[in-house]
Amino acid sequence: MALITCDQATFAYEGMPVVENLNLQIEKGQYLCIVGENGSGKSTLVKGLLGLLKPVSGKVTFGDGLRQNEIGYLPQRVELQSDFPASVWEVASSGCHGLWMTAARRQKTEEQLKLMGMDHLVKRSFARLSGGQQQRVLLARALCATTSLLLLDEPVAGLDPLVTREMYDVIRMLHETRGLTVVMISHDVQAALQEADQILHLSHGGSFLGTPEEYRHSELGASFAGGCCHV
Amino acid sequence: MFEMLAKMFSYHFMVRAAVVGLLVSLCAALLGVSLVLKRYSMIGDGLSHVGFGALAVASALGLAPMVVSIPVVMLSAVLLLRLSSRARLKGDAVIAMISAGALAVGVIVLSLSNGTTGDVNNYLFGSVLAMTGEDVWLSAGLAVVVLILFGIYYRKIFAVTFDETFARATGEKAEAYHLLLACLTALTIVLGMRVMGAMLISSLIIFPALTAMRVCRSFRSVTICAALVSVCCFMLGLCASYLLDTPTGASVVVANAAAFLLFWFAGRLRERG
Repeated sequence: MALITCDQATFAYEGMPVVENLNLQIEKGQYLCIVGENGSGKSTLVKGLLGLLKPVSGKVTFGDGLRQNEIGYLPQRVELQSDFPASVWEVASSGCHGLWMTAARRQKTEEQLKLMGMDHLVKRSFARLSGGQQQRVLLARALCATTSLLLLDEPVAGLDPLVTREMYDVIRMLHETRGLTVVMISHDVQAALQEADQILHLSHGGSFLGTPEEYRHSELGASFAGGCCHV
Repeated sequence: MFEMLAKMFSYHFMVRAAVVGLLVSLCAALLGVSLVLKRYSMIGDGLSHVGFGALAVASALGLAPMVVSIPVVMLSAVLLLRLSSRARLKGDAVIAMISAGALAVGVIVLSLSNGTTGDVNNYLFGSVLAMTGEDVWLSAGLAVVVLILFGIYYRKIFAVTFDETFARATGEKAEAYHLLLACLTALTIVLGMRVMGAMLISSLIIFPALTAMRVCRSFRSVTICAALVSVCCFMLGLCASYLLDTPTGASVVVANAAAFLLFWFAGRLRERG
């Protein structure tokens, strides 16, 4: 059974259906990229997958041991007030479920921060880290919340090219060595085609779901990715 | 000095005011950290004015002040929270409207019922004479409830304050935590209002958090520091008001303002150093 199954799911934003009759199966071990123009419903779909928005028709079901609140979610970057008091440790450990910080949860947080290469900065102020470092801490938080699925909403938005590359590499590493299923929302079609093994293009005229290869040869892909994708 | 202080606490009303004030300061500081960071500080201000109106009506009708004002203020807390979470309704303007309205009703009711300006003054700016033995027990009970709930849900309060969307995604009921914060704030305000005054009580919520944020960089250190600052400033203000014969509520606020400036300066020094 797939981790997440959308069965004819329609999600609405302020009463208007944005994503309509979506059929989607997210299988274990997949790396799925969701692309599309602004306003095509990417963020609405994210809310739907997280259970923050109920489908107005159709169903979203969870399987293979995944519970809805166990998705490792990396939200879209928002500017944090520069004096928000939060240490790297506090941010990362807030991903752990449960009321108390048990020894096991503490160890888990340590491991994830180490994996992200942020374990030497635990006491630092989160708000004062660079954009790339903040994303790594937030990824560690997402990893504390999940054991199987990462849902990344525009993970490289606002990062410089070098840090963007590093971020993609970190995500690939998590996908390959940790066996995590990755669902990534992206503006960057070229990177999506390079990184993912499935592409979902959301569009009001009808969506596309398939491999990057199929996407390149589809009408939607050809127009959206441009003629520059002969790799 | 010590003799003065010993004399000060030989008055029962001073001891009562000190106990209630310290407990309320502690609760207000803890709740204040989240309220300030969530940009809900206006709610505290609105609630204190509603509390003033409720107290005035209760005293005019000869009802027990707490019995009337606690449910009224708690209900308003829920209402104000709803309003401020709906950006379309211009939440801040509505809060200002409600608080000015409640204040006006309170002033009219008080002036119609006994016509002395002294009472209005006491309600608006506080009085150390206002606390009864019953109030002391009530505040002690409240403080215990706030401390226990804050302790149990500390991690979740941080999660919801820091990143509401993520907290919701991990299955936290963010609205429930907002409601909890608003109700505890309402209780704190009602209890503290009569020592500090309706116009000044919201400073106990706002000042300590902002003061602590000048120098502390983690949520935990800000929380602890705000609690300490709040308690110290209250004691300082109370003693100063006794020694210098100044109004208590105002003295506490001035102590908080001085602490803020001090911490702000220390923060600036540390940035440079």
